[in-house]
Amino acid sequence: MTHFIQTLISGLSLGSIYALIALGYTMVYGIAKMLNFAHGDIIMIGAYAGIIAVAQMGLPPLIAVLLSILICALLGVLIEFLAYKPLRQAPPLSVLITAIGVSYFLQNLALILFGSQQKAYPTIVQLGQVTLGSVTIDGITILTLLVTALIMVVLSFFINRTRMGKAMRAVSEDKAAAALMGISVNRTISITFAIGSALAAVASIFYGMSYIYIKPTTGAMPGIKAFTAAVFGGIGSVPGAMLGGILLGLIEQLSKTYISTLWADAIVFGVLVLVLVVKPTGLLGKTMNEKV
Amino acid sequence: MSEMLKVSDLHVYYGSIHAVKGVSFEVHEGEVVTLIGANGAGKSTILNTVSGLLHPRSGSILFHGKDLRGVPAHKLVGMGLAQVPEGRHVFLQMTVQENLEMGAFSQPSSGIEADLESVYQRFPRLLERRKQIAGTLSGGEQQMLAMGRALMSHPKLLMLDEPSMGLAPILVEQIFGIIRELHASGTTILLVEQNAQAALEVADRAYVLETGRIVLSGTGAELMASDQVQKAYLGG
Repeated sequence: MTHFIQTLISGLSLGSIYALIALGYTMVYGIAKMLNFAHGDIIMIGAYAGIIAVAQMGLPPLIAVLLSILICALLGVLIEFLAYKPLRQAPPLSVLITAIGVSYFLQNLALILFGSQQKAYPTIVQLGQVTLGSVTIDGITILTLLVTALIMVVLSFFINRTRMGKAMRAVSEDKAAAALMGISVNRTISITFAIGSALAAVASIFYGMSYIYIKPTTGAMPGIKAFTAAVFGGIGSVPGAMLGGILLGLIEQLSKTYISTLWADAIVFGVLVLVLVVKPTGLLGKTMNEKV
Repeated sequence: MSEMLKVSDLHVYYGSIHAVKGVSFEVHEGEVVTLIGANGAGKSTILNTVSGLLHPRSGSILFHGKDLRGVPAHKLVGMGLAQVPEGRHVFLQMTVQENLEMGAFSQPSSGIEADLESVYQRFPRLLERRKQIAGTLSGGEQQMLAMGRALMSHPKLLMLDEPSMGLAPILVEQIFGIIRELHASGTTILLVEQNAQAALEVADRAYVLETGRIVLSGTGAELMASDQVQKAYLGG
């Protein structure tokens, strides 16, 4: 039983990292109708930014975290501006291939800048362990859960209640109509990329603290898992990305513990295939028919 | 009456298709002006060009004497130009009230409450449904929502694109009743319609479009009486 609870908690924590990344995928998809396959590599850049800020520049952890978030947000906006904005009217396939190109570009840029050897992520915060009865939980796990929960609440509030958040939903639904309302579509897309990339930076911090070693291809696996989570939950749906991420983390961790570490990824992707066969729009994805 | 909108020698292309071929017309303050014509005559293209969604190859669009060419679509609302697009284009996944709030995006948020109230007064049906998702509204309600949403921006010029499209006759009547009310309260309206009869009845002046050109113009009553219009559009 203890073992099971511990597995559940670490699954939740892994899942919340996936959820943070999946939010970026799903928000960008919702607004720009594109799959930003370079999104995973933003995590890697965020992790390197953290390493350099703490280990080489000796900045205090909190400043390093904020710096990493800022760098990722700016990078996301820059990538959109340089690579995707010129393709706004292009066929989706061109945009998709460009995104894959950007992903390889970032990985190779990191290879040149930081080398192929993996680097250790610094200890941002020193947290002990918490023991509840017979269950022992890492401080980082708890912090991951708390911060993710807070981010989700704030993000939901932003999207559902604020003027800018509502404008984002309007743009994601109908760009021409949104423009007629006076909403700048370009600015809204930039803001979405900034938010998505900032969330990826937050994910990079927890990822770095849990997995320690960072290399130029570090972003690929969590990126593809988070993409899976976004599709699982229903791409374009914010609650879907949250749910998809958490479920994916749970499934992965439970498979690792009770079935096989080797098979865990196959099971994760297998579940995705199953869900899509039964419900092609994902768990919370919806199709809306226009009424005349 | 002063000139609010003046369109001169407008040419618009879709790729190599010449959709609007040298159209000129104007709308004066307080007027209801209608552009009528068959499907594909270029009516919506003209509206979408005025509102900045499409870009003209040549010609000028002056709004209160200011050239609108090159002004991005999202800046026009703030200048007093609102469009109710063809097919309504309400935000289907947002609530009625959120749709109206989006209409006020260009306005300072302090006035939104009062504006909501006045739109709800004009469209009591929207008040009943204000928490409902717009996608669950009927076609007529969506049209009211689209009009209410445009009114939230305090437009000096309200452009309506086929407001009666796809609606039952009783709703068409209702929509045109609202157009009359708006006219009476001083709103300037540019109306694009396939329902020539109804449009000519409310219009001060009208232009008839055929394959991208204006072929006739005059007061609503004049055009209503014209043989050409009778034959082509009114089934006379």
